[in-house]
Amino acid sequence: MPANIPYKTDKRIIIVSGHFGSGKTCVSVALALALKKAGKNVTVADLDIVNPYFRAADAEDLLTKNGILCINPEFANTNVDIPSLSANIQSIFATADSDRNSVAILDVGGDSGAAALGRFRHEIERIGYDMLFVASKYRPLTENAEMTVENIREIEVYSRLCVSHIVNNSNIGEETTLEYVENSFAYADEICRLSGLPEAFTSVVKRDFCDGLAKKYPTKNFFFIEDTTRKLF
Amino acid sequence: MANKVLMKGNEALAEAAIRNGCLNFFGYPITPQTELAEYMAKRMPKVGGLCLQAESEVAAINMVLGAAASGVRAMTSSSSPGVSLKSEGISYMVGCDLPCLICNVQRGGPGLGGIQPSQQDYYQATKANGHGDLHLYVLAPASVQEMVNLVGRAFDVADTYRTPAMILADGALGQMMEPVDFDAALSEKRELPEKTWATNGTKMQRKRNVINSLYMNPDDLEKSIIDRFERYKKIEENETLYEELYTDDADIVIVSYGITSRICKSAIEMARAEGIKVGLIRPITVWPYPKAAIAKAAKTAKHFLVVELNMGQMVDDVKVACECRVPVSFFGRTGGVLPTAEDVLAEIKKLNGGNK
Repeated sequence: MPANIPYKTDKRIIIVSGHFGSGKTCVSVALALALKKAGKNVTVADLDIVNPYFRAADAEDLLTKNGILCINPEFANTNVDIPSLSANIQSIFATADSDRNSVAILDVGGDSGAAALGRFRHEIERIGYDMLFVASKYRPLTENAEMTVENIREIEVYSRLCVSHIVNNSNIGEETTLEYVENSFAYADEICRLSGLPEAFTSVVKRDFCDGLAKKYPTKNFFFIEDTTRKLF
Repeated sequence: MANKVLMKGNEALAEAAIRNGCLNFFGYPITPQTELAEYMAKRMPKVGGLCLQAESEVAAINMVLGAAASGVRAMTSSSSPGVSLKSEGISYMVGCDLPCLICNVQRGGPGLGGIQPSQQDYYQATKANGHGDLHLYVLAPASVQEMVNLVGRAFDVADTYRTPAMILADGALGQMMEPVDFDAALSEKRELPEKTWATNGTKMQRKRNVINSLYMNPDDLEKSIIDRFERYKKIEENETLYEELYTDDADIVIVSYGITSRICKSAIEMARAEGIKVGLIRPITVWPYPKAAIAKAAKTAKHFLVVELNMGQMVDDVKVACECRVPVSFFGRTGGVLPTAEDVLAEIKKLNGGNK
């Protein structure tokens, strides 16, 4: 496994799901950049039909500059307040069939927003997929393992697909300390125990925490993710 | 380690309301405030409260009126077009002297406008959110933590003075995520008057209470309004809030509230780094307006610069407060467009050039 890929996978579709505000978009962007660096042909599709402002489309410049193809809803960040998906999403499945070196990352909306996946379910199942569930201990509606597993099951019902991995993305943004990161490990372990799912990686919002954490916890995967949320001030 | 969580402004408003004893929420979905109602729908049943999606905004505010009349802490939320629909009910609640909390997570107007953030409802919130002689207690938070801090205060002021209170937020604050500490926000406790007026059953122990805004006799109506304005005077004296930054030596004082004040703070730091003396007055209550702070700054400042996400709705409030002794300029973007800190800095430099 190349050092910069956060977890081992051979799937050509990676779905990034989770409670809204859990950090799905930041995880999607970081994962896309890492897979691109590892030589994959990467597409990021914004399937978010619930979030009006902060979304994958905001990172389009960064992704495009790095040679990553972006598929955004036509009306992202406009005043068109209707759930719309790009017809181009269909191209992901053709690419997955023709290019074995391709990976498509599907950044879906939180909670009920995962319903957008349902219409592509048959193609996704045919090609094979990972569905990551991004979990954060510091989001009040997923603050403990029981509530989080309940959210996982809800998202599986909405998407009609199965979650394959947990991503522990427990952070409070800029103010995250090492203590906040380490205090979330028991939470993530408990989610894995209750759900029977493996942890893909622990994402860390500060680069300088990663080395120390990797030394202290050699069995865990740590992955630095940059905050790519649009800054207003 | 502080006990912080990461929340969207909309969720934080809902959680803060629940933690401050709000038991009834009535709402109707509208972007960009829907997460507030969604959060209430998930949490209220778990705390023994009630969250109800009404058939319209008009119905929701009238449900708040009924719930508030029975003495419970009740709340509704919406975004600009929805708040217009609530205006009639808000006026009735003022007429009935009923406390409640209304959250307006503003979007672009007029009409259906757009879903991006704006501050275009300043006039509506501070001058007339409904017909009749009335004011609302209006708070304009500038961060997710401040939203949490002010919800408790809004309910307390509403209960103390028997008035509807409003949190005037905007789509950016509603949607953005910041760390918040709920324990820190709950430290300030007030003595609240008992709600002897509530229509919660006489239990054969007292005369029945009547909640009503209709007066048969104009003299009685006039007296009720004059009494209410006595309470408004007390609110002005006791409940006005603002933040000041670098006003002591500032040549230019920016006046800005809510999300826009955060952009201005960045611009002020940039200007100060270049040696331009800029300060900030940030009204936290936009009604009552922090007139005294403006008047005081007018003694030393050479220029006021009002920065808002509208066409200059607060400019006259600043002019009145400083009695036009100092020129008042305006810079803003509207319709859902946010200025950058660089845009504000450019305006500061224009004014600074004029002073040299």
